[in-house]
Amino acid sequence: MLQDIDLVIEAGSFVALLGPSGCGKSTLLRFVSGLDSPASGSIALAPGPEEERVSAPPKLAFVFQDAQLLPWRTVVDNVALPLELQGVSRAEARRRAHGPLAEVELSDVHERFPDQLSGGMRMRVSIARALVTEPSVLLLDEPFAALDELTRQRLDERLRKLWQTRRMTVIFVTHALAEAAFLAERALVMSRRPGRIVLDHPLQLPEERTMDLRTNVEFVAQTALLYRALQQHGALDDAPRQASRS
Amino acid sequence: MKPLPWRSLTETALPPALTFVVAIALWEGAVRALAVPKFLVPPPSDVLFAGWTERASLASALLTTARGAGLGFLLSCSLGTSVGLLFSLSRWLERGLYPYALFLQTVPIVAVAPLLVLWFGPGLRAVAVSAFIVSVFPVIANTLAGLRSVDPRLSDLFRLYGAKLGDTVLKLRLPTAIPSMMTGFKVASGLSVIGAIVGEFVAGFAEGNAGLGITVLSSYRQLKTDLLFAAVLLASLLGLSLFALVSSLSTLLLRRLRAPG
Repeated sequence: MLQDIDLVIEAGSFVALLGPSGCGKSTLLRFVSGLDSPASGSIALAPGPEEERVSAPPKLAFVFQDAQLLPWRTVVDNVALPLELQGVSRAEARRRAHGPLAEVELSDVHERFPDQLSGGMRMRVSIARALVTEPSVLLLDEPFAALDELTRQRLDERLRKLWQTRRMTVIFVTHALAEAAFLAERALVMSRRPGRIVLDHPLQLPEERTMDLRTNVEFVAQTALLYRALQQHGALDDAPRQASRS
Repeated sequence: MKPLPWRSLTETALPPALTFVVAIALWEGAVRALAVPKFLVPPPSDVLFAGWTERASLASALLTTARGAGLGFLLSCSLGTSVGLLFSLSRWLERGLYPYALFLQTVPIVAVAPLLVLWFGPGLRAVAVSAFIVSVFPVIANTLAGLRSVDPRLSDLFRLYGAKLGDTVLKLRLPTAIPSMMTGFKVASGLSVIGAIVGEFVAGFAEGNAGLGITVLSSYRQLKTDLLFAAVLLASLLGLSLFALVSSLSTLLLRRLRAPG
């Protein structure tokens, strides 16, 4: 499914992984997370500067396409879950959940249940849950794909700010070009199956990214560049399929 | 929009109540008009009368059957859930034992009941075991199906954080399985009464404590068909009440868990 992927991602960088549906970008993300292992090849996570002192592997967090909250737990208990699973006491986990909840501005609804929240709010809870373990690597698998465009743009902005304050490594899988250009420092474009990386492009855009950026000429140019890469490599759905498929 | 309570009551309770009144009236009228022999089909008024005159013995029979069915039901819930949980933890165990669990479902209980008397002695224990055998399989099957219905991405999430098996079971699989388990319990509640009555047919003669199954048998032998009808009605009511009890407990629990249904 994936072929000849040779990739180094620097600690603290924000990488967007683009590609057509079914090209294997989610698979690549699952390999990085260790949830699945590749048939051949390896994935190595080098400890970042902070972790070197304690010589532990970097902490990972994963955000799925749907918020994937436990419906029987309140917002704060959902955010506390990763800590509980790692052996932190329930009371302590709940206490520590309030920080990330404040970061996604959901402190006032912390005792509500997921079915009392909007889709965008549920996604923010999901992000807070990912942040609660202070991960050094954050993996997101098309997290905002099911949301409406305005909510998605607001969440993009929020995620970008979270990255700027925390400086964790972020790998963001998406099929939305503008979202990739808006968020990332570096965009990787994958081809149809077998998925290969056909473009590795540093996005030269200002550090501060707000709504205004979306109409900026340079932003539009960068988005167009990503679009051409997808098109050239038969990665768009209406492009002719490549003859060689394994 | 939430319907007013009295309105929902008329909507849910009135139609069956009307059906009941009409059916009873038709029955009474038909039996009298056609002069059907009373030992074949007694009129409802006779059934009511027999029920009233025998109320003391019927009440004691009802209690006895309720005890046997209730005990069997509780056995089904506890053992069935445990077996379902064990099966969900080990494919090998499931493959090795599931066919035999299915055997419990298909075994002709009437044929096995004499064995139960041999093994457990006549009385409550044999009756409870009979109720258990008849009602345990839906609990096992529904528990297993519920535990297996966990969203794979939530399993991934638990795996990613290195969740221990105990945490995965308690914080993910069991809460996910509860709606399905409740369905199993509801089915089992009705079945346990059937199992108890059948058990009593064979194993119910003991300690002067005879259940409704015995009332049915003895009134049949004496051609007291009106009493037989009363006993059958009481047995059905027992099954219905047990079902209603489990059903309302399940609704409460599911609301707390915010599960649909």
